[in-house]
Amino acid sequence: MSITATLWRKHWILERNSLLLLLGILIVIAIGGLVEVVPLFYLKSTIETAPGMRPYTPLELAGRNIYVREGCYLCHSQMIRALRDEVERYGHYSLAAESQYDHPFQWGSKRNGPDLARVGGKYSDDWHRDHLKDPRSVVPASIMPAYPWLFDTELDYGHIAEDMKTQALLGVPYSEEMIGNALADVRSQATNDAPDAPALLKRYPKAQARSFAGNPGHVTEADALIAYLQMLGTLVDFKLYDDKANIR
Amino acid sequence: MTFGEGGTAASFVLLAIFSIVIAARAYTPEYAFHAYLFAAASVAAVFAIVNRYFERAADPAPAVIDGKPNYNMGPVKFATVMAVFWGIAGFAVGLWIALELAFPALNLDVSFLSFGRLRPLHTSAVIFAFGGNVLIATSMYVVQRTCRARMVGDIAPWFVVLGYNFFIVIAGTGYLLGITQSKEYAEPEWYADLWLTIVWVVYLLIFLGTILRRTEPHIYVANWFYLAFILTIAVLHLGNNAAVPVSAFSPKSYVVWSGVQDAMVQWWYGHNAVGFFLTAGFLGIMYYFIPKRAERPIYSYRLSIIHFWALIFLYIWAGPHHLHYTALPDWTQTLGMTFSIMLWMPSWGGMINGIMTLSGAWDKLRTDPVLRMMVMSVAFYGMSTFEGPVMSIKAVNSLSHYTDWTIGHVHSGALGWVGFVSFGAIYCLVPWLWNKPLYSLRLVGWHFWIATIGIVIYITSMWVAGILQGLMWRAYTNLGFLEYSFIETVEAMHPFYVIRAIGGLFFLLGALIMAFNLWRTVYPSEQIAPVAAMTPAE
Repeated sequence: MSITATLWRKHWILERNSLLLLLGILIVIAIGGLVEVVPLFYLKSTIETAPGMRPYTPLELAGRNIYVREGCYLCHSQMIRALRDEVERYGHYSLAAESQYDHPFQWGSKRNGPDLARVGGKYSDDWHRDHLKDPRSVVPASIMPAYPWLFDTELDYGHIAEDMKTQALLGVPYSEEMIGNALADVRSQATNDAPDAPALLKRYPKAQARSFAGNPGHVTEADALIAYLQMLGTLVDFKLYDDKANIR
Repeated sequence: MTFGEGGTAASFVLLAIFSIVIAARAYTPEYAFHAYLFAAASVAAVFAIVNRYFERAADPAPAVIDGKPNYNMGPVKFATVMAVFWGIAGFAVGLWIALELAFPALNLDVSFLSFGRLRPLHTSAVIFAFGGNVLIATSMYVVQRTCRARMVGDIAPWFVVLGYNFFIVIAGTGYLLGITQSKEYAEPEWYADLWLTIVWVVYLLIFLGTILRRTEPHIYVANWFYLAFILTIAVLHLGNNAAVPVSAFSPKSYVVWSGVQDAMVQWWYGHNAVGFFLTAGFLGIMYYFIPKRAERPIYSYRLSIIHFWALIFLYIWAGPHHLHYTALPDWTQTLGMTFSIMLWMPSWGGMINGIMTLSGAWDKLRTDPVLRMMVMSVAFYGMSTFEGPVMSIKAVNSLSHYTDWTIGHVHSGALGWVGFVSFGAIYCLVPWLWNKPLYSLRLVGWHFWIATIGIVIYITSMWVAGILQGLMWRAYTNLGFLEYSFIETVEAMHPFYVIRAIGGLFFLLGALIMAFNLWRTVYPSEQIAPVAAMTPAE
């Protein structure tokens, strides 16, 4: 019997022993994943920090949860690729640091609508309100669904401190003070000229506080979602960011 | 009562009580609804077990009768029926959301009908509900037949098929109610994931136990693929869904990974849901049903060994091609691209092994539309596993990513390969399981052609749409400005979205024809007169 024929017969060992076959499969499928995933927890370029990054305010976090709930990520990416046309259309390419507190990430995989990584501040609150209530009133050719229920539904934020505690457990730097003030922070961020706004800003630099959905006295789901949209991509100060520091 | 019956019933009693406690204190009404569903299902399970105890014979079902294995086909039948049901539901939702993209008024301003909630319903219904039930049904059938042994477990196989379909119900109603963790193809929240983990481990144990009980010396090649599928999906599911719930009373959880690490873990999962759920598992189907239907042995035993190990080794590396030019490091992207291109070889190894199995039986393609369907599926497999590596090349991907080209690619694999090989297997299984001849081969022929035309319409429209949109995004005027605003590129998609929906409609019609055909197979109607007795036109 030739050597190759003997080798082929060696495969019989696996074909006749299910547990060895199982073990063989497990080893073979483990390699690729380990090589690609594990280093990402240690490399400079993937655990970089960027000046200005901070955890979401409680209102922004609640808004992000609505963004997730409505499946916005299915049509809008939040990842500007390092390509000329994307940078010109949407702004500076997205950094790893910019999604470092995102559990889970919202990079998306399809653009039925434009990228939203830097949508914050590009449109007014009024525009967002009209757009969410009836997208075709401001963009006639839009194919986006309307979200009128966000304006009628009071935001359910009674448990938002628990959400922050869970995230703190996972490494998001929410301090005791931030968690303790969570409920008050939601209210003051969604209010025009709130007396506690300076304290909020101290905890969450660059946070924008106002009645986003234009219904003062109420904190609706639309307030939270617009607050989230208006902060997207506004945190990192690219004048201070050194893009050579963590060459990727 | 056996230990298994008693233990399972007691566990379900506990689960029912636990669920009611959760429901009473749930943070959201949606979560309370799910907890009550768990409670109701648990109570139903207890009743079913007790009822079965009084109905069944005193002795457990024998593993062998008259020297022949006493196969357990009840759960296989159930999963087959569910596959057809979920398939049609999933295709219909797909058609609906395709129309929503063409005519946004169809979102109807209702939360549970908006695209963002229905799209996961469509993907989960076709991948996990339709595909999953096909895989469970065929794997339970094939492992018994090729091992010549009765499936292990008494209640366990029923627990797997019913428990899996209950997971589908929780997942699907969850999406409609806005319960999602937003990880694509892994959207169900933590409690649904936990439930699926239990079901899946039992499934693995049943499958492995049946192989251990085999009376054949060798494990048949189809079972290698099924085993790789079941094991790897378990690993992927646990890795990607590692999450901490906000509270036992909250449906919300936060996944432990974040940002770039989460992106990599997600697409390690996502691409291998394709590689192991939609490929390895369905290759298991190919390796049993094509030789069986063609009455020919597998073309090459050695090719099956090489392509099996190469496929499962290479696939796991391919995930980063979903993240080209992102914040993922370049080396990871390049590795993902390189392995994706290499993956072309074992993929085509499988295609060659499947198609060449027809050597000496090519004439059957003319007479047997079921076999034709399965061979067409392998041809689509070859096509989309060529297209995939091409799209994984960074330069190509910079154009194709985020566009409908990806959607077209997915559907050439999903409709052409997964859909057709599933339909072929179902057309084989139903007559075998119910021991009745298939009602109409001609209707299978109609299904084949309508669905094939539908797929071609679908994928060609998405090629044009995707490449067009990709080119428009990067088009510059001669003054150096971006030529098109984003909304202009959306407007350009409209005709292709309409054409795509027509393709999807064709595919759905084909599946409805199949359902009718299978219904008539299982319940032959005596009122249907033979063709010769039809009344002539006046």
